[in-house]
Amino acid sequence: MTGPIHREESALIDRQAIHYIRQAAEQGLYEIRGMGAKRPLPSFDDLVFLTASASRYPLEGYREKCVSKTVLGTRYAKKPLELAIPITIAGMSFGALSANVKESLGRAATQVGTSTTTGDGGMTPEERESSKTLVYQCLPSRYGFNPDDLRKADAIEMVLGQGAKPGGGGMLLGQKVSPRVAEMRTLPAGIDQRSACRHPDWTGPDDLKIKLEELREITDWQIPIYVKLGATRVFNDVKLAVKAGADVVVIDGMQGGTAATQQVFIEHTGIPTLAALPLAVQALEEMNVLGEVQLIISGGIRTGADVAKALALGADAVAIGQGVLVALGCNHDSYRQGDQEQDATADYAQLGTAPGFCHHCQTGRCPVGITTQDKELEKRLTPDVGAQRLENYLQVLNMELTTLARACGKSNVHHLEREDLVALTVEAAAMAKVPLAGTEWIPGQPSNGII
Amino acid sequence: MDNHEKTRREKHFDLLTQSVRDVNQFLHHQLPASEIERIEIANPNGLHSIAAGMDQDVVIDILGHAGYFIAGMNKQAHVTVHGNVGWSVAENIMSGTVRVKGHASESAGASGQGGLVIIEGDASSRCGISMKGCDLVVGGSVGHFSAFMAQAGTLVVCGDAGPNLGDSLYEATIYVRGKIDSLGADAQEEEMQAADIAKVEQLMAAADMEGDASGFKRIASARSLYHWNSEDPQEY
Repeated sequence: MTGPIHREESALIDRQAIHYIRQAAEQGLYEIRGMGAKRPLPSFDDLVFLTASASRYPLEGYREKCVSKTVLGTRYAKKPLELAIPITIAGMSFGALSANVKESLGRAATQVGTSTTTGDGGMTPEERESSKTLVYQCLPSRYGFNPDDLRKADAIEMVLGQGAKPGGGGMLLGQKVSPRVAEMRTLPAGIDQRSACRHPDWTGPDDLKIKLEELREITDWQIPIYVKLGATRVFNDVKLAVKAGADVVVIDGMQGGTAATQQVFIEHTGIPTLAALPLAVQALEEMNVLGEVQLIISGGIRTGADVAKALALGADAVAIGQGVLVALGCNHDSYRQGDQEQDATADYAQLGTAPGFCHHCQTGRCPVGITTQDKELEKRLTPDVGAQRLENYLQVLNMELTTLARACGKSNVHHLEREDLVALTVEAAAMAKVPLAGTEWIPGQPSNGII
Repeated sequence: MDNHEKTRREKHFDLLTQSVRDVNQFLHHQLPASEIERIEIANPNGLHSIAAGMDQDVVIDILGHAGYFIAGMNKQAHVTVHGNVGWSVAENIMSGTVRVKGHASESAGASGQGGLVIIEGDASSRCGISMKGCDLVVGGSVGHFSAFMAQAGTLVVCGDAGPNLGDSLYEATIYVRGKIDSLGADAQEEEMQAADIAKVEQLMAAADMEGDASGFKRIASARSLYHWNSEDPQEY
């Protein structure tokens, strides 16, 4: 005789842990995947704006102008970047992404007046041609890095790390190392390509200073140099980047995405974007370079509200990767061919996943044609469709940003300030260093006695 | 060459009185429109980034010891340093030649994509790291982790090699005449063939170095790390 089944799941050895242990036991290799951290983390969602009422005067939402122009690289470069909006496209490689996607990014960025960024794998002609403002990454691998493309760039981004895998190198599994990708990276086609985690020609912040000077000499001190850091020891790292001569510091929080890395990196390294940003601002303040060295924050920025909160906390701009991919169709259940939507769920199922859950960028079998080098899959996203979707998305973000700024009484999005924010949780208050809503309490800071 | 002709064909800089930036600006912008064939740069005194970013077929002599990133990203130019250099000489070289008459510190020829780098003395660690097609000839010895993750091109070492030579090699080839302390992950010694001897002879001749090319050992990738393999857990 059987009774009712009693189901008590262990909080420690839950289904996720069982899946992980089973996979490790069966395969003997760790999991590699794409995208960013999936665990719940304190985020910009845990902050809200104190928009205007009696004590603050709002701007008319639909009439009065709100400036979103953003200038980056004013410290040393003769030609700083002038962007129409403070929302930029993060570095993502040709190789991780298809050529169609890279072209879509460039076209959309150009339409809305912002910048896009190369990635590990060099600059493609299509990308340069389609992007009015292109940031050229200098990565440890130096795949495809060359002086001709360097001189064609509008800015250089020296990448020390990224939020999804600070301290780790990149990888591109063999199924994505197509003949064109292989040629650009000087590698045999089809091999599992590992990117170095350290630069080949310098080590440490003193060397970095000399390296940045070399790049400036080669580019005649014309274009800005960014230094991108994965968010770990943010306060000290930002100081070192400034001392090394960065025009712009880019901080990528742990929610930042990747095309492929070890799961253990994605979920267990770095600090949340919300915690990283105030530390970076504090470092700039302490070095008295706030306004002179610009700050870009990235890692899980999705909405206009996220952008507004990032600016209020002190960022000059944001960079978006995963949100951009989702705008193009990542994790959608269908893809567009002509005027028709084609169902993609069977292709997701073949990867062992479903729309809304996919992080299988590393396979190169992207059901919607974004993170692939497969000629047939690539056709699932044309540059026309991709560019239009992304342009719409970026415009919505900027409209939401200016809406919130006007409601806070700001005629310029860069006038948003920390004082405009409060936190909904104690954790967010401590990380963002803004008061818990309804109090003047910032955990970790002396209270003035008012609660 | 009379004095007038010499003035037209040659130019002298002195880094005691002129800045590296001024020199590089001239090399990038005025030089291409001139008839100058040879540049002489005196008193480098350990300064960095001299002649970085060249893209002109010209002879450049740097008269003394120089610092980091000398002739970085070189294209076309033929640069000789009459002394020692610091880190990363000829990093990312694309074409042309860079010769160091003395010794070189770390990462000589790092990520070089083409051209020829010659170190007449010793080179320190990570010599030829991340090479992508350049050739590198070292008259003396090289330090640890030389040719680390080297992807393409050739490293010739006339002296000895330090620990972990050729770690994580891709398709570059290393030739060593002297003693090898140890090989890095996935590097293996292979038999010298006639083509290898010819390659070493060709590079030795290009570097103006003498010696018997048949006495070298050939090191190349075993290609066992080209695909993920749970049998090699320490290598990932």
